[in-house]
Amino acid sequence: MKWILQFFTSSIGQKIIMSLTGLFLILFLTVHLIGNISLLFQDGGASFNAYTEFMGHNPVIQTVSKGNFLFIFLHAIQGILLYFKNKSAKGSKYAVSPKNNVSWASKNMALLGTLILAFILMHLGHFWLRFKFFSDMPSIAYDGVEILNAYESVSIIFSNPIWVICYLIGLVALSFHLWHGFASAFQTLGINHKKYTPILKGLGYGYATLIPLGFAIIPLYMYFTN
Amino acid sequence: MKLTLKIWREGGVYANGKLETYQVEASEHMSFLEMLDVLNQQLIEEKKDPVAFDHDCREGICGSCSMVIDGRPHGPQTGTTTCQLHMRHYKNGDTIVVEPYRAKAFPVIKDLVVDRSAFDRVIQSGGYISVNTGQAPDGNAIPIEGDTAAKSFDAATCIGCGACVAACPNGSAMLFTSAKVSHLGLLPQGKVEHERRSQKMVAQMDKEGFGMCSNVGACEAECPKEISLENIARMNRSYIGSVFSSE
Ligand code: HEM
Ligand code: SF4
Ligand code: FES
Repeated sequence: MKWILQFFTSSIGQKIIMSLTGLFLILFLTVHLIGNISLLFQDGGASFNAYTEFMGHNPVIQTVSKGNFLFIFLHAIQGILLYFKNKSAKGSKYAVSPKNNVSWASKNMALLGTLILAFILMHLGHFWLRFKFFSDMPSIAYDGVEILNAYESVSIIFSNPIWVICYLIGLVALSFHLWHGFASAFQTLGINHKKYTPILKGLGYGYATLIPLGFAIIPLYMYFTN
Repeated sequence: MKLTLKIWREGGVYANGKLETYQVEASEHMSFLEMLDVLNQQLIEEKKDPVAFDHDCREGICGSCSMVIDGRPHGPQTGTTTCQLHMRHYKNGDTIVVEPYRAKAFPVIKDLVVDRSAFDRVIQSGGYISVNTGQAPDGNAIPIEGDTAAKSFDAATCIGCGACVAACPNGSAMLFTSAKVSHLGLLPQGKVEHERRSQKMVAQMDKEGFGMCSNVGACEAECPKEISLENIARMNRSYIGSVFSSE
């Protein structure tokens, strides 16, 4: 078993952790956005509430959700570790900062990641924490069955312009993180090919633009239609 | 042309290192190193300590002439070593800042000279083919596909200058190590030990204290031999593959 430990503490192994957890989070974000689109349906929250009810009580989803927490944690811890190790491997700085055209995001992944982490904590505080642990959450009855009115909670948060701005900032950070991160994750796995790398890069730029944009539409729409 | 040079001095009277300003009169036909020679001649005549810098072949093949010129390893000209950089790229009155490579694994010895023996140890750990060569084999005795030979040759052009490490914000040596791994691993003679070689060289690279690759690409942009990031992916593939498939 020593080899496993050796692998995951090697430079490439540590990057594999970043890459695989990052790709899982990319998959998660896609599913998360598809579900959240139901917030935009003009049905007083019926579809969104049904969706949260399903997600909250499905054992498979609940297991995946625990994995998701674990992977965010792993990705963040490993990312912060990488940052400090790399900083010390560089040692001192140049008097003249280099003027090459490498992407800003690629050099600031840890800063962007920390912003995303702050965003995730705020987001969990807004919804997950309350849904899970607060007893006085609004509820609503459909066909006589009383369920959590998650829609109501979301629209309360998104009626506050400060929260809306905080969400938008978090999403901009996410967009930059993925602008570099998406294609980078494949390069880390050793996937670099004359035919496919340009496609992966294109997909990455598309993903980094469209997914955060999709998420951003929700608070904006809810704020302006409330 | 008259130039103002700001050069990093370290060692001797400059214990902690600092940028020192000099004036030099150069001609546009000089190489960057010849311009530094003029400065050093001037310093010697003034009974001052000349600037220490590494150089050997002065024709772009040995990889000695390590320095960072205005924030770029080997200066502003892409695909060019410092010794092949000519002063015609500068104009009268320019100010040029010259610093040593910066990376924990490349400690400064004096002024612009850094200790790059970490690269030698990475090579010693696996950058070879362990078969007796015997007599020189017939040129085309082993058929090698043209593109593969070209890729191997491209990787083999790495001169071990260390500009990749100097350019990398993480002080990572992945481009250098992967160039060596690819150069040997792509050819039939080197393929035999390819995976073992990746493991050994990566282990030594880590031990030397180089940083981890964030796929920034500054190395590829600054490499005087334009070594491609493809090599890093190739090394990652063989490293991952060998860790999981070897016994
Ligand atoms: C949902 C949120 C997130 C997603 C989808 C995501 C995705 C990714 C991806 C795909 C990569 C590229 C991996 C590679 O280069 O192989 C990456 C890198 C990185 N992430 Fe995240 N990430 C997220 C959140 C975070 C958080 C919360 C942190 C916390 C600090 C973080 C820190 C980093 C760092 C430092 C890197 C660069 C690692 C390196 O190459 O040196 N990320 N991320
Ligand atoms: S990869 Fe390029 S920059 Fe790095 S040592 Fe080789 S020639 Fe120099
Ligand atoms: S002195 Fe040999 S490459 Fe510049």
